Amino acid sequence: MEFVEAILLTVVAASTPLLLAAAGELVVERAGVLNLGVEGMMIVGAACGFAGAFATGSILIGAICGILGGAGLSAIFALLTLGLAANQVASGLALTILGVGLSGLIGADFVGQKITGAPNLYVPYVTDIPLLGKLLFGENFFVYLSIALIVLIWHFLYRTRGGMVLRAVGDNHASAHALGYPVLRIRLLAVLFGGACAGLAGAYLPLAYTPFWTSGMTAGRGWIALALVVFASWLPWRLLIGAYLFGGITILQLHAQAFGVGIPSQLMSSLPYLATIIVLVAISWMRGRAGSPAPASLGLAFVPDR
Amino acid sequence: MKKLVIAAAAAALAVGAALSGASAQEKLKVGFIYVGPVGDMGWTYQHEVARKAIQDQFKDKIDTTYLENVNEGPDAERSIEQLVRAGNKLIYTTSFGFMDATAKVAKKYPNIQFEHATGYKRDKNLATYSGRFYEGRYIQGIIAAKMSKTGTIGYIGSFPIPEVVSGINAMMLGAQSVRPDMKVKIIWVNTWYDPGKEAAAARALADQGADILTQHTDSAAATQFANERGIFSFGQDSDMIKFGPKSQLTAIINNWTPYYVDRINLALNKKWATGDVWGGLKSKIVQMAPYTNMPDDVKKLAMDAEAAITDGKLHPFKCPVVAQDGKTVECKGGTHLDDGQILSMNFYIKGIDDKVPAK
Repeated sequence: MEFVEAILLTVVAASTPLLLAAAGELVVERAGVLNLGVEGMMIVGAACGFAGAFATGSILIGAICGILGGAGLSAIFALLTLGLAANQVASGLALTILGVGLSGLIGADFVGQKITGAPNLYVPYVTDIPLLGKLLFGENFFVYLSIALIVLIWHFLYRTRGGMVLRAVGDNHASAHALGYPVLRIRLLAVLFGGACAGLAGAYLPLAYTPFWTSGMTAGRGWIALALVVFASWLPWRLLIGAYLFGGITILQLHAQAFGVGIPSQLMSSLPYLATIIVLVAISWMRGRAGSPAPASLGLAFVPDR
Repeated sequence: MKKLVIAAAAAALAVGAALSGASAQEKLKVGFIYVGPVGDMGWTYQHEVARKAIQDQFKDKIDTTYLENVNEGPDAERSIEQLVRAGNKLIYTTSFGFMDATAKVAKKYPNIQFEHATGYKRDKNLATYSGRFYEGRYIQGIIAAKMSKTGTIGYIGSFPIPEVVSGINAMMLGAQSVRPDMKVKIIWVNTWYDPGKEAAAARALADQGADILTQHTDSAAATQFANERGIFSFGQDSDMIKFGPKSQLTAIINNWTPYYVDRINLALNKKWATGDVWGGLKSKIVQMAPYTNMPDDVKKLAMDAEAAITDGKLHPFKCPVVAQDGKTVECKGGTHLDDGQILSMNFYIKGIDDKVPAK
């Protein structure tokens, strides 16, 4: 029992950054913008987050710095793709490279430093319930925020007018523009939101997961978050499942190795990616189509015809 | 008048050329290729420490530069070539995975000198060097056997190459010399550096009952986790006591400075030649961090073992070495396994329950 609980806690901890970054990217892509700069924004968020927390001693300020860092980098992306109608794929990739380098610069003074990580919730008696207690009531605030974010995003996209307009912009920006909606402004807000989420996801790593800073901390998690958005067919609930599936298999294969299961470790390392593909194929096969299709205007630059 | 001006100009030019020519000849440009970030506080950090030391020591006789975070793969070749084209005459590539790229570039530029860490391919202008880290592992094994309550070591492995496998074996041999039924659990993370993954692996090992953590990866994540969890750990590549004040027992420190100083001296005196240097505790390439968080009798045991290995009285792979399949390994070095056997080790010793993953 304790062993299962330990594994579940590790799975949640590993999946949270993926969930946070992918949630933001889902909103961005739903608005029709393909932001490949998630990895860069995540790692800038990580550097800024650690810098803020180390300088002030407060995890909250660190998280806010991380959000601002990610949003700041995404503002550059917005300038390029929305302001100048540059190619979204190229701009996103360029920003990833910029972000990785920038994070090294920001974090240079903090290399080798460590802080006390984010505290975990503790509710007397409730948290001590075996198996579910710590899992539901003993996590740090990043975890709860990630779940709340999915709920909020679902509610926003499907239960509010603003969300409907955003989806409309992503599906057909020309028609949305003809109806009088401010396409570029909506996309700008979406991009900034996505950048903020990516920054927060990045900040989670040095603030809660491994409480120190070294360059390259995100180790490609931004790319996994991008893939998860596609896996989820741009649906918030499926994103939740995808993130935990991926994180879960990553952790389980480590445990399986420690257990002495004789499968080659290289195969085990590829399991999370394989599992995600298999589940996606299974879902599309069962339902006839892979959930909702991609937003039709995804990746297309919008230039108002003035 | 005109002739005087021309003569003066020519003289000035000649003097200028001579001066600049002389200084350009004297300054040796040395380049370093790092596989990870210098801030990893581990493997790459130690190379960087040594690079700074030689720059300080030789001052303006040499000019050092480095490229960090170079991926082992096609990018490596491009980066090495970049250093060559920037005028570096002596290039250090500091990770096993750079081997093929270094060998290729070395063939292309026979006038440039290359040195590759932890590899085995050599050429007229390509030397290799490494540390006998397994000596440190043996000492760690002794300490682990004494300090562990559960009798299980948790080992975070990077890639199943002989260097890592021989490290695991050496540790277990050391542990078995004190506690024959010592066990080890191994997780391969298939990367040299990923703090998140290393922390997850550390957690998995601890959850499965290991109470001494060690690693062949480059960040301090496992040490930090051990400190949090209240178990013990061994630092890797550099002293990680800052991350694990309560958990670190000792660490294997890679001390490249004396080796680099030697080689730069040879290069400056035009006496550089290819070869293979594999130094351990005796040559100070391998150093042990202060023994902390252990009772005095364990400390004494560790220091005695360190002294014995340094003096050559004790060899971690002393014969007989029994492999996992029960067969005794042929003893090619007389009283201990020879260097070739250690460098190509791809089997576990008896007492390790796992199977070596195919490379």
